[in-house]
Amino acid sequence: MAGRAGSGAGMVEGSRWHKWVFFHVPLMVFVVGTLFPFYWMLVTAFRPDGELYRPWRAVNNTPFWTTQPTLEHAIYLFKQTMFATWLWNTMFIALLSTLISLFCGLLAGYALARLRFPLAGGLGTSIFVTYLVPPTLLFIPLANIIRDFRLGDTPWSLILTYPTFLIPFCTWLLMGYFKTIPKELEECARIDGATRVRAMIQIIFPIATPGILSAGIFAFTLSWNEFIYALVFLSSPQQKTVPVGVVSELIRGDVFFWGPLMAGALLGSIPVALIYSFFVEHYVAGLTGAVKG
Amino acid sequence: MSKARSRVIAGGAGQAAEAARLTAFPRETTTLGIFARLLEDERVLGSLLLLPTVVLLGLFIAYPFVKGVWLSLTSATVGNPGEFVWFGNYVKIWNDSIFQRAAANTFVYTGVATVGKLALGMWLALLLNRHFRGKRLVRASMLLPFIVPTVLSTFAWKWMFDPTFSVLNWSLYHLGFIQTRIGWLTDPTMALGSVILVNIWRGMPFYAITLLAGLQTVNPELHEAAAIDGATGWQRFWRITWPLLLPVTMVVTLFSIIQTFADFQLVYVLTGGGPANATHLFATYAYQIGINTGLLGEGAAVSLAMFPMLFLIVVIQLWYIRRVEGA
Repeated sequence: MAGRAGSGAGMVEGSRWHKWVFFHVPLMVFVVGTLFPFYWMLVTAFRPDGELYRPWRAVNNTPFWTTQPTLEHAIYLFKQTMFATWLWNTMFIALLSTLISLFCGLLAGYALARLRFPLAGGLGTSIFVTYLVPPTLLFIPLANIIRDFRLGDTPWSLILTYPTFLIPFCTWLLMGYFKTIPKELEECARIDGATRVRAMIQIIFPIATPGILSAGIFAFTLSWNEFIYALVFLSSPQQKTVPVGVVSELIRGDVFFWGPLMAGALLGSIPVALIYSFFVEHYVAGLTGAVKG
Repeated sequence: MSKARSRVIAGGAGQAAEAARLTAFPRETTTLGIFARLLEDERVLGSLLLLPTVVLLGLFIAYPFVKGVWLSLTSATVGNPGEFVWFGNYVKIWNDSIFQRAAANTFVYTGVATVGKLALGMWLALLLNRHFRGKRLVRASMLLPFIVPTVLSTFAWKWMFDPTFSVLNWSLYHLGFIQTRIGWLTDPTMALGSVILVNIWRGMPFYAITLLAGLQTVNPELHEAAAIDGATGWQRFWRITWPLLLPVTMVVTLFSIIQTFADFQLVYVLTGGGPANATHLFATYAYQIGINTGLLGEGAAVSLAMFPMLFLIVVIQLWYIRRVEGA
């Protein structure tokens, strides 16, 4: 970057001083501000209790690092709580609800993008509107319904309800994808004698693979993130997901177990962060596609 | 038109396929059963493909909505269906000072956080739109607050705001900015501000990345031409970038307003609505009344109090998308 002006939108004019004030410094502030809470999570997760609870004005306080890293918090997490079970539950629920949503979204997206039938416009709009319904609007009646269906305190209460906010987004994303695929491809297959369904499955769906991947990854992170349904529908510790387990089992009354809490936050974030890091481009495509529809 | 054409093709596939035997799908359409023949009809196939989606959304969105409206008109509590009380719950919460506070908080929270996220997100997008070393890594890591489960990252903030062991207080004290500690979450006048800060931190990357995607479609020649004509960076932003980016900005902002307005997790983890009910939002108050206290009818009414505002935003959103697509 040393003094060389890039092209186009990256065009930078003025002196080196100018660039520091208007570019490097703000960017650094953004980076530090965004990442500091994660750094703090990391340090706390490995910091022994004796160092953790030291008065904030203490002279010998070195809050930004630790000289005696410890694994006691992580060990506590796996030995004294059901953290491993929560991880497994979260994974299982996120995977299944993502698969259900992809299945429904693929079919619905194809139908709305490609087929002409009465109600298509109305249904498309309703699906878009459900995308904008926040879970907090419906959690109380939904808790009743889950109880009536005898799904309370089972993973199915979440596997079946998460698709309500995943399907609309998958449908819209994939619809956009299908619309970019030329109709002729399908028509060729049909001239060759393929049925409509076969052309859809063998010609159109494979071309939409990048879209499916984007939708799937975005949906997976969303269901890994979900909180309020899991909080309301699950009650026994062995059924909980990571976010709910950490909230309800690592705080006793007013006492916060900060070491294990931060270790849990760190370990509970790593799976999604890993998946994200492998598929950044797909995730970003899903994110921007999700908004533009 | 193409529908009619493809029907004809499907019907005459027998002869057509005879002529071109290079086909991967030999004469499938001529040997179909009744069910498969029905699937060739766009109306039948369309309805069938939408069936799973309609069933799931009907069961877990439409039905709960109707049930929620019904619940909000009854005095139902946990384990007791209650009686029909007309608008009793709504009258009750209308006169409830905590509800009034929650409603005011929600509007302040949504307004301030949205402006903050949009301004900072736009700034970050403009910075990321330049060329610099390590750009991909920086861009990827900027999205982390959005990826990591909100509850978990919010706990990191709660720990940073801790009344006794706050690292923020430590830093400010050692930098000489403060003499006594700040009660980030314990001081009723500070708490809502702290929660808004965390919301901005979490939501800003979403704006930045979507706006960045929009920025990348802006033709750099426009900027070059304006720069040659002597426009300053500030002028170029307001005359070129902002108008071209407006459609994306509108859609992102409206979407984010809905999410912020209906937020629950941040307040639940950071303050639980306290201190002294100073930070309740609609959703956290609904949770407290409906789930903690077990007053299902009243809780459902508090939740549904969000509906008019959400409805308004959705209508604006739909109208705007139609207008942009129509143009």
